Formats: sequence, C-alpha cells, structure tokens
Amino acid sequence: MHTSISPSARACIAGAYEHPTRFAPDRSVAQLHAECAAGALADAGLSMSDVDGYFCAADAPGGIAALMVDHLGLDVRHVDGTESGGCSYVRHVGLAAQAIAAGKCNVALITLAGKPRSSGQATGTEFRALPPVQPAAAWEAPYDWSITGIFGNVARRHMHVHGTTSEQLAWVKASASMHAQHNPQAFLRKPISVQDVLDSPMVADPLHRMDCCVINDGGGALVLVSAAIARSLQRPVIEVAGSGYAVATNRGGHFAMLQTGTLASGARAFAEAGMVPADVQYASLYDAFTIMVIMQLEDLGFCASGQGGRYVAEGRIVAGQGRVPVNTDGGGLCNNHPQNRGGMTKVIEAVRQLRGEARPPVQVKDCSVALANAQGMAFGMGHSTATVILERTR
Amino acid sequence: MNSENLEQLEADPYVAANPELRGYWEAAERDILLVPRCNACGKFHWHPRCLCPLCGSADLTPVEASGRGKLHSFSIIRRSARPHVLAWVRLQEGPLMMTEVVDAATEALRIGMPLQVAFRRTPQGRKAPVFRSATR
Repeated sequence: MHTSISPSARACIAGAYEHPTRFAPDRSVAQLHAECAAGALADAGLSMSDVDGYFCAADAPGGIAALMVDHLGLDVRHVDGTESGGCSYVRHVGLAAQAIAAGKCNVALITLAGKPRSSGQATGTEFRALPPVQPAAAWEAPYDWSITGIFGNVARRHMHVHGTTSEQLAWVKASASMHAQHNPQAFLRKPISVQDVLDSPMVADPLHRMDCCVINDGGGALVLVSAAIARSLQRPVIEVAGSGYAVATNRGGHFAMLQTGTLASGARAFAEAGMVPADVQYASLYDAFTIMVIMQLEDLGFCASGQGGRYVAEGRIVAGQGRVPVNTDGGGLCNNHPQNRGGMTKVIEAVRQLRGEARPPVQVKDCSVALANAQGMAFGMGHSTATVILERTR
Repeated sequence: MNSENLEQLEADPYVAANPELRGYWEAAERDILLVPRCNACGKFHWHPRCLCPLCGSADLTPVEASGRGKLHSFSIIRRSARPHVLAWVRLQEGPLMMTEVVDAATEALRIGMPLQVAFRRTPQGRKAPVFRSATR
C-alpha cells in the first residue's frame, strides 16, 4: 500500500547542470565531477558549504563515495554510493528525497561524470569483461556478449512477437535528431532520417549503428533540497512527486524477455504521485538503443503493450506533434550519454521542461508534470529500473 | 575424468570461483548438460546456483538434460573481434538459457527452430554449452 507524501513535505530539485563537454581529454574524471557539482549548485543558488548529503555511483573515481566527499571537501552528514548502473541517478533522486523526508539531510548533491570517448571505449561492441565472482559470469562469459548483442536479441524478439519493424525503430533515432538540431551542445546535431538509420551498418542485427547511442565524455549533477529551502530559493519549485525502483530478475530462466522492470518501477512512481500516464506532459526515457524507448513507452502505459513501434512511427514522441514529447534534448541517441550512463541527463531535461528552460522549439507549453525513466544493466537478464515523476508547483 | 581435463578445470578462474558447481563442469567434460531441478517446486532453472531462484529451496538435483531446445531470439554480432550468434534458447526442460548458436548459416536462423546442445572449450579451460541446428 502506497502512501502519498503530503505535497508540502516533498523534496524538490533545486539545481540541475549538464556539463557542456562531449570530449575532455584535458580533464580528470574527478575534475568533471567537481565542475558538475559546482554547476548544479550555482544553478540552485547554493554553494558547496550548503551541501549536507552526497550521492554518487560507481563512476565516481575510485568507486567509493567518501573519496569524492574528500575530493570536493564536503562536510556532509549523509552519504549514499548506491550503484544501479545507468539508472543510478534517477534512483538517487528517489533516495535523496527519502533521505530529506527522513531528516538525514537538507541539501543533497548527486554527481555523474566519465570519459569513455577520450579513453577509447567501444562501449556497445566490446565484449563485457565478467569477473568470475559475479554470480552469473561463469554462464555468460563463454558467449562474449556485448550490450548491443543483448539488445539485438530483445529487438528481434519484439519484432517476432509484435511485428515491430526496423523502420519503426529508426523513427526513435529520427525523432531524437529532430530535437538535437535545436541543441547547440548536442553531439550529433545533423538531422537523421529513417532511411539514414536503415542505411547505416549493421552492428548486431537487427540493430544498425544509428539505432545506438553516442559515446562521449561528460557529466551532470543535481541538487535536491527540502521543501522549505526550495521555497526560499529564487527558482521554480520542482517537487519529487513520486519515485519507484525495481530489479527485474531473470527468474532462473523463466522471465518474459519483453517485460522490463519499468512495469514495476513506473507503477510504484505513479502510485506514490497519485497520478496516471495521462497526467504526464513530458517524458525522458533512457535511449541507449532505439528499442529501449519503444519498450518503456509500453511498460509505462503511454501506449498498449506491443504498440510502441506504431506509436513512435506516428510521430508521437516528437515535440510539437505528440502529446508527450520524449527526450527533447536529443537524448542519448544524439545529444549526450556521459560515461555510458543515461539516468542523469534524463532528469536534467525533465527539469528544464518543467522550468520552461528547454530550447524554445522543443519546449512543452505550460509543462507542469514530467517523468524520467532509466534502466541499469541489460534487459533479458537481471536489470534495474528507476522512475521519477516531477511536478512544478511554483 | 583424466588428469589433463582435471588440470584444465583447476586452472579455470570461473570454476575456482564457484566450487559448489564443479559437478556441472565435470559433466560438461563428458558432453553432458546438467540442469538443476528443484525438488520442492519441481521446476528446472538456469543457471545453476545453491538455491532455487523460483522458490528458495536448497533441495536441488542436477538432472541430465535432453540437450534439446528452441531458438527464442538471436543477434548476429557483426562488429566485433569475433563475429558470432548470441542467442537465448528455450530448453526443453523449461528455462531460457543465454548461449551461442554455432555452425549455422545465419540466413537460416529462425525463432522457434529446434536446436541441439554441443560443447565448446572456453579459453579459461572449462567446457560451455553451445547449440547447433537439430536438423543438420
């Protein structure tokens, strides 16, 4: 049984910052984290000395939250280094809201940064190094899985069961590029057509190169504060109306490949917010691969199960066309995918939309409710999902 | 098992990390696929571990599987150091297994096609189940 937190007590996102770099060979990962922290605090009108809670995931240099607390010189009373893969930062929003509601902190800083581009990572195509102690590693390592190969399996199954087509997948990339052309910081700004995607080389069929996200350096940060502090700042008040987290397990091989953890994390977030999909005016959906957006649209209830392909091919995730535009910054497919982890930029663009600070051609008019959703690890095996629903109240 | 096979298993870091599962790899040396069956809920699961992920029971029996399955989904990983077919197979015993389809004409791959297990030596030393077309 979910109990809604009374609106007056909800934690709020007061600061959000997306690092402008997409290639940073001249900076350390620690410096990128620090620059993101400073950017988000400046955006909120706060400073490092105001921070009393810090959240990060495994991308923090050294992988231990306390090392970044030391690096930043923070004086905190609450620290959380919860690692959940790419959805970590969406989950951190929920965890920070809980910590603030419990009185553990009043100003929570969340940071992400990394340099996969300048370190030459072939993120999607290299075989995952699976440490022998990882529970399923002995049974997965022989098959040299790549993340693109995993999502290739998921996409092919979706095509087989629901009749989804490569053209429909390509619509997700084309839609993202329609948004990215208005974003001066986007990694790929040139408009991409459905045909361009189909003509790009096959990486792991049925996924073409342009069905995949970009690989770039960068980072981002968020600042969450108590309701009282939010009302004292000269910023729009963006409340965390609901959050949900789920782990969808492999169930010993008895899992449905086309059902993701978002079914559960989304339902939990909607229940906590007391809302339904029809209330949402903008959605950020993690888009490492085009198929992921289609499956999230289904699992979150924006369209019926199996109808995601048709939905996107009707132009319904494009700003100015669909009721709920998706990834108006250009998403991970075109704009930014720092450290191969999509959760952070998903929340940041949702905050921009709610503040009316999105790029004018993609701004949703009078946007007051937005959703951000992300996954960690890969569908088809044990994976994490996190959902947040944000509401502007001032 | 001869001593040479034993040495290969001893040297495999994945075998060393999972001492409780050694019987599965010893069977694989004889090209036998063992799949754990839970004596409490009666279901097979994959991959092996110390408990049943469906009901939590530790009362498990490794059962010699039929080796038959059907292709559930697949992707031809083309842009890689080793182009190959990454797949999930629905074992006749019930569970889905991540695996690889070998010796197949990729244009002939179809979801639902019958497959038969085979074994391939891993670079680390143990043998791993892979699948090939059952109609060959």
